[in-house]
Amino acid sequence: MNRSEPLILGIETSCDETGIGIVRGRTLLSNTIASSMDEHARYGGVVPEVAARAHLEALEPAIQAALAESGVALSDIDAVAVTSGPGLAGALMVGVGAAKALAVSLDRPLYAVNHLVGHIAADILDLDTPASRALDPAEDKGGAPLEYPTVALLVSGGHTSLLLVRDLTSDVVLLGETMDDAAGEAFDKVARLLGLPYPGGPEIDRAAASGDPDAIRFPRGLSRQSDMAGHRYDFSFSGLKTAVARWVEQREAAGGPIPVADVAASFREAVVDVLVTKALAACRDHGVPRLLLGGGVIANRRLRDVALERAAAEGVTVRIPPLSLCTDNGAMIAALAAELVMSGRPPSTLEFGADSTLPVTEIQVAEAVA
Amino acid sequence: MILGIDTSLGSAVAVVEPDGVVRSQVESTDPRGHAEVIGVLIQQALAEASVTAADITHVAAGMGPGPFTGLRVGIAAARTFALGRGIPVVPVVSHDAVALELLLHDALTGGLDGEDEPFAVVTDARRREFAYSVYGGLDDDGLPIRIAEPALAPRDDLDAVLIRDGILRRDADRVPGAILALCAARALAADRVIGPADALYLRSPDVTLPGAPKRVGI
Ligand SMILES: [Zn+2]
Repeated sequence: MNRSEPLILGIETSCDETGIGIVRGRTLLSNTIASSMDEHARYGGVVPEVAARAHLEALEPAIQAALAESGVALSDIDAVAVTSGPGLAGALMVGVGAAKALAVSLDRPLYAVNHLVGHIAADILDLDTPASRALDPAEDKGGAPLEYPTVALLVSGGHTSLLLVRDLTSDVVLLGETMDDAAGEAFDKVARLLGLPYPGGPEIDRAAASGDPDAIRFPRGLSRQSDMAGHRYDFSFSGLKTAVARWVEQREAAGGPIPVADVAASFREAVVDVLVTKALAACRDHGVPRLLLGGGVIANRRLRDVALERAAAEGVTVRIPPLSLCTDNGAMIAALAAELVMSGRPPSTLEFGADSTLPVTEIQVAEAVA
Repeated sequence: MILGIDTSLGSAVAVVEPDGVVRSQVESTDPRGHAEVIGVLIQQALAEASVTAADITHVAAGMGPGPFTGLRVGIAAARTFALGRGIPVVPVVSHDAVALELLLHDALTGGLDGEDEPFAVVTDARRREFAYSVYGGLDDDGLPIRIAEPALAPRDDLDAVLIRDGILRRDADRVPGAILALCAARALAADRVIGPADALYLRSPDVTLPGAPKRVGI
């Protein structure tokens, strides 16, 4: 195997995106995503069985598309990578089964990796190469090596986690995570409350554009002094969602119209405030002047703006991967596996399963004894 | 050389020669844990058959019926194994493998009188339901004749249905991987398609359309 610039095919099926990525070392060659999002729209949230069925149908075409886009043949691949967890169990299993059979069929090693750590690895992919320039028009071309340690805030519809990254391939610690809904879920639920369609993030954003973020003071979950001892870096969004529901009901009962723009802007501000406040607290507490943002909710402009502004005020440098690599994708899984290969780590054995609650400390699963 | 993969009940993998000679058959009877074992089983099946992945020309995929979480693992594996080698997948109704095994066994032992007497292959579909398919003898290609396509029935109702139609009930708790591959071999020899392209879920995903948001109370 080419250990200095390994060619890796990554398979990601932890939620509703079937992601196939192909990287060569740190160079992105393909980031192919088939999403079943539209199929979930009528249910107002991701339905695990619908997602898992869609993965089975999308996998093979997505692999074919990724190969075509990158001009790579399967026989050229040095190793296969797959998400073992965390995520939806039934969805993960499709990718795990597919990746194992592909690895055996190609007689190539398999790297089973952690989805959350993959989100961080997304940011070291270089998009500024002839091969990848055409794939993504992002201004931030990525590719700069990570500086350690760094705090990482990962926010999506499936997770909301704050991590301390001392080494991408060997030392990642969970500082805190959501105790109930993921931030993305909170957006979906509040959107529904306001009669806005799924997915909620972009809809809330659109509605909030003309709203006043200070119109209503919604609660910041787990931010009271009394919460800070046990849950300093943890998040909770279900109380916020209930507060929004109560506010809307009260207004309805009083016969008044619902100021959707103000509610949306105020709700979004509460989410953004708590995310950024806790992330920067983690930077301060650990003496780490670096913050990496990842996950699909990072597409939210207000979150990025507030994070950049407040981080700058505290002397914290912010890294944000190209947005096409923030949502769940296979390229980040391939990127993490490439780092493992380049740091000389042995592959995973074939004896692992889907782990819906895989802890972030397990960067690689079922690592073979070297 | 045909690789057979089925995860509709336990996990079964086998390697069979085109003429039906079984080279290897390995399985796990665990009704869960398909994703855990599938890679090792494929490796073992190849090793025990003394072949490499490059010797495989077709992959027979058990398309169900079966509990869907596990069923998908084998189908996904069959598809990517085939993709990796650039060879075709041959879809097989998993119950066909059980039926063929029963018919071959009966033929050898003189088991049932009247070989065309209809019988139902019955497997667990969870949620207090059975999946069943009805068969009647072998056709000229040596494949079981499916008289009724796979369907679901409540556990308490199945016997009444089968007795009414004079169908013998034959329960199965495993799908023989080698016979699944043999079904594929016979289908290939006869140039026939015997299984569906998509998984036989027989059940829609469990979802309820959301109503109006729940009121939280003021
Ligand atoms: Zn994610």
